[in-house]
Amino acid sequence: MSGAWVALALTLKVAGWATALNLVLGVGVGFLMARCRFPGRELLDAALTLPMVMPPTVLGYYLLVVIGSHGIVGAWLLEHFGIRLIFTWQAAVIAATIVAFPLVFKAARAAFENVDPQLEDAARTLGISEAAVFFRVSLPLAWRGVLAGLLLSFARALGEFGATLMVAGSIAGKTQTLSIAVYEAVQAGQDDTAHFLVAVTSIVCVTVLLSAGRLVPGRVMARG
Amino acid sequence: MDAEAAVWDIRLRKQLRHGTSCFDLDVRFTSSSSRVVLFGPSGSGKTQTLRLIAGITAPDAGRVAVAGRMLYDDAAGLSRSPQQRRLAHVFQDYALFPHLSVRQNIGFAARRGWRNPSRTTHDARVDPWIERFHLQAVANHYPHQLSGGQRQRTALARALINDPTALLLDEPFAALDKSLRQELRAELLQLQQTLRLPLLLITHDDDDVASLAQQLVRLDGGRVVEGKEPQGLAPGSCAA
Repeated sequence: MSGAWVALALTLKVAGWATALNLVLGVGVGFLMARCRFPGRELLDAALTLPMVMPPTVLGYYLLVVIGSHGIVGAWLLEHFGIRLIFTWQAAVIAATIVAFPLVFKAARAAFENVDPQLEDAARTLGISEAAVFFRVSLPLAWRGVLAGLLLSFARALGEFGATLMVAGSIAGKTQTLSIAVYEAVQAGQDDTAHFLVAVTSIVCVTVLLSAGRLVPGRVMARG
Repeated sequence: MDAEAAVWDIRLRKQLRHGTSCFDLDVRFTSSSSRVVLFGPSGSGKTQTLRLIAGITAPDAGRVAVAGRMLYDDAAGLSRSPQQRRLAHVFQDYALFPHLSVRQNIGFAARRGWRNPSRTTHDARVDPWIERFHLQAVANHYPHQLSGGQRQRTALARALINDPTALLLDEPFAALDKSLRQELRAELLQLQQTLRLPLLLITHDDDDVASLAQQLVRLDGGRVVEGKEPQGLAPGSCAA
């Protein structure tokens, strides 16, 4: 059963990295989309939301085209740095990040759009730098929405299967995450392993959801 | 009037668009009075004028000098950011930070960096302002727990803590009960006289004019009106 714990550790590592990346990417892009007006904004919004609605295998295919050893970025990385991304846990992180990105980005954009721009103006007239306005006014006021999006994206990254399988494969102990291990166990007829893995996955998911429920209303925000 | 001695030297042009409608703002006035009231009906461009002076919105052209400091001059290519203008700005609904207590709101500008003062931080610079505005009892309250008068006092204290060069107020009494207005007008007058701070207040309330204005500037359709003659051409709609 130690294989299950390895898979669990790997899954948490991949989902954790993906969520951390999405904290920066999703919040940054969400904020810009909420505050900047430019032509084609809604088109860009739709394009950025695409990973949520596209089949993960299609995403995986696109990713292979980009980061595969013969892909646009993949070939360049291999030639200049000797980095082979494909079939590594880092590739699983990239897949999980992209699949979960829209959940953070959408939540962050909505949350920032709910922040009264006049509060940011007020902070500016008080002499606070633009970066400080973001970290002291915009982000704290949008934080609840951002956090909800982050937890959803973490849960989504935990369960990621299709795109991960295509770019990272299913190498036990290296790239085999929980959801892939379950599939492999069922295919191989190892029912005991499958039961155990499913139980572990369920417990992890319930834990995430419960802590989400505790975290989000836990930050009591002043209405007003 | 000598332009050098003017406390307020304002010339602002801005075309504002909202969908298909368009509004031409062209406000010019100079004044050596320390208390100027900008008076006009709603939709006359008062709030926009204040935002342009504060640097929150960028004008198309013009010049802004307050208390001898040039803040904006398109001819010289000068445009100071709102951060650099050092103007205390009290917004119409006060724009207090809802996630911060009264003490944190007042201390907001006194602290640099990317983090807010914590709830327990005791900044000595905040205390005199809390006392001056009688906010001791509500220092740890959040804005939604305050009365209208307390909100206004908090907004004033927050804007004044960093030693601004002038005070801008956007309809500061509109959100308050009538009985409270007279009291707070007297407070504001006393404050202005104690701090010797140039004050520009916008309103559509005659009582504000009567009790606070040293000089009155009437605004209508985006233009300054003297007597009944609008300055400039065809107020309101945009030139083709």
